[in-house]
Amino acid sequence: MDLYSLTLTEVAKKIKNKEVTIKEVLDDIYARIDKVEPKVDAYITLTKKLAYDRAEKLQQRLDNGEDIGVLGGVPIAIKDNICTKGVKTTCASRMLENFEPIYDATVIKKLEDAGAIVIGKTNMDEFAMGSSTETSYIKKTKNPWDLSRVPGGSSGGSAAAVSAQMAFASLGSDTGGSIRQPASYCSVVGLKPTYGLISRFGLIAFASSLDQIGPFARTVEDVTLMLNVIAGHDKLDTTSADLEKQDYTKALINNVKGKVVGIPTDFINEGINKDVKRAYDNAIETLKSLGAEIKEIKLEYAKYSLATYYIIATAEASSNLGRYDGIRYGYRAEDFDDLDDLYRKSRTEGFGDEVKRRIMLGTYVLSSGYYDAYYKRAQQVRTLIVENFKKAFESCDVIMIPTAPNTSFKFGAHNASPLEMYLEDIYTVPVNIAGLPGISVPGGFDENGMPIGIQFIAKAFDENTLLQVAYTFEQNTTYHKEIPTIEEGK
Amino acid sequence: MSVSKDDVKHIANLSKLNLTDKELEKYTMELSDIVNFANELSNIDVEGVKPTAHILDIKNVFRKDEVQPSYDREEILKNAPSKDAGCVSVPKVVE
Repeated sequence: MDLYSLTLTEVAKKIKNKEVTIKEVLDDIYARIDKVEPKVDAYITLTKKLAYDRAEKLQQRLDNGEDIGVLGGVPIAIKDNICTKGVKTTCASRMLENFEPIYDATVIKKLEDAGAIVIGKTNMDEFAMGSSTETSYIKKTKNPWDLSRVPGGSSGGSAAAVSAQMAFASLGSDTGGSIRQPASYCSVVGLKPTYGLISRFGLIAFASSLDQIGPFARTVEDVTLMLNVIAGHDKLDTTSADLEKQDYTKALINNVKGKVVGIPTDFINEGINKDVKRAYDNAIETLKSLGAEIKEIKLEYAKYSLATYYIIATAEASSNLGRYDGIRYGYRAEDFDDLDDLYRKSRTEGFGDEVKRRIMLGTYVLSSGYYDAYYKRAQQVRTLIVENFKKAFESCDVIMIPTAPNTSFKFGAHNASPLEMYLEDIYTVPVNIAGLPGISVPGGFDENGMPIGIQFIAKAFDENTLLQVAYTFEQNTTYHKEIPTIEEGK
Repeated sequence: MSVSKDDVKHIANLSKLNLTDKELEKYTMELSDIVNFANELSNIDVEGVKPTAHILDIKNVFRKDEVQPSYDREEILKNAPSKDAGCVSVPKVVE
């Protein structure tokens, strides 16, 4: 039997009931990786030895009758911007190519406390800046549904690894769509939790008012199990919300009767691919037939989210990435004249094009003379967008929009214009701007067989309603059961 | 408002990045595109609207000023590109 094709929930149960050993599960998943990874290139680092050592210890405890946790023995992949003690954490950048953190991120500790086994670190856009994983300094990850296309980004490796069944779940990070968009492109479930719900201690910072860690898995149930483990207050993260711990699995109810689903018609009609539109219309019909009430809502400022996002995110990035100076850690240029030259050469050689572009844009919008016109104004528009959502949620329980206006594109398709690539984030950035939870669930395929994602958005900290609606949609559709071919397509 | 070559030279300098002439050319074009796009915000009436820095209703989170175990010096120095006598070493700063 192929263990790798089971869901996280199924494999955890088999381990717990001793139908399989943890070693057998690891053997199977690494055999799958040996077979598929040469085509997909989802991983930067595999942590085989650490994983087998951990498997042995967990198995001993299990055999002694101990409870090893809800994720006991389950192999999980981690995006390479989340710190893992003693395991390279590169951010897919030359700058951190040899960086080995001396501590674990809080989410890693929580996953391991729940019995999970980290099997590898996944590829991403450099410093999480990109929507295709093409800006990685290390390698190009391919979309398991068509190897000539991108997996989306920036958490492209984490999405592709789960899609190609090389991990039962993974962690990514989402600043402007970096979990939901690749989930959509690769036909897996990707959750971006509410800002503050999950500790970011140990997540290498990109844009601090927007960044959030979240899980990928093949089903809504599996994503919920992951959320249960990683959510919660952390005194090491000052932006972590101090809320009572919840059991989100209680939200997994196959029922949307009476739930009001908001549809922002004015926001979704521009520049949308016809197959995505068709899948979206089908999703509306599905929910309607299940007893949900469909309600048209207005989000008149949502269209300004992209401009707002690219000002705020780059401003914060230019400040966060100031720390890479070639002194305490990270890349240092070999030849330099003096200290200033060391800074300049280390940063010039250590960062790739997209990272430089964003550092400079952020520096520009923060620089004297432009601060009020760009940065301050973007923060004001941010307020208008936040209020827009608040008002919308007075009349609906969740909002449904496509995850992305288009499906996965060919490598290099947006090389000529960075702005064009940015436009792909139009449906995902409003959620980060307003700090809301959002989830992408498989919702169909285009004429080339490429996946389409449907996105649900809920009020801040209302993951329960979000998961209930997403779960019901998933349970009443079959898209999530389709498996990628891992071959070159049209 | 568009981005000029001189602007890009200035911000590259502030960002401590060196640009070749070709890169200067390329970034000027790309940054102009993006800034022109961002200019759509100038049409919005934001009179009297308070800026949002982040969405959580928390500020100034402090912990008690107590000594806590920290990381080992040798461990921390493992990632330093150049070190000497238990310190990170840098080129001579004062002549």
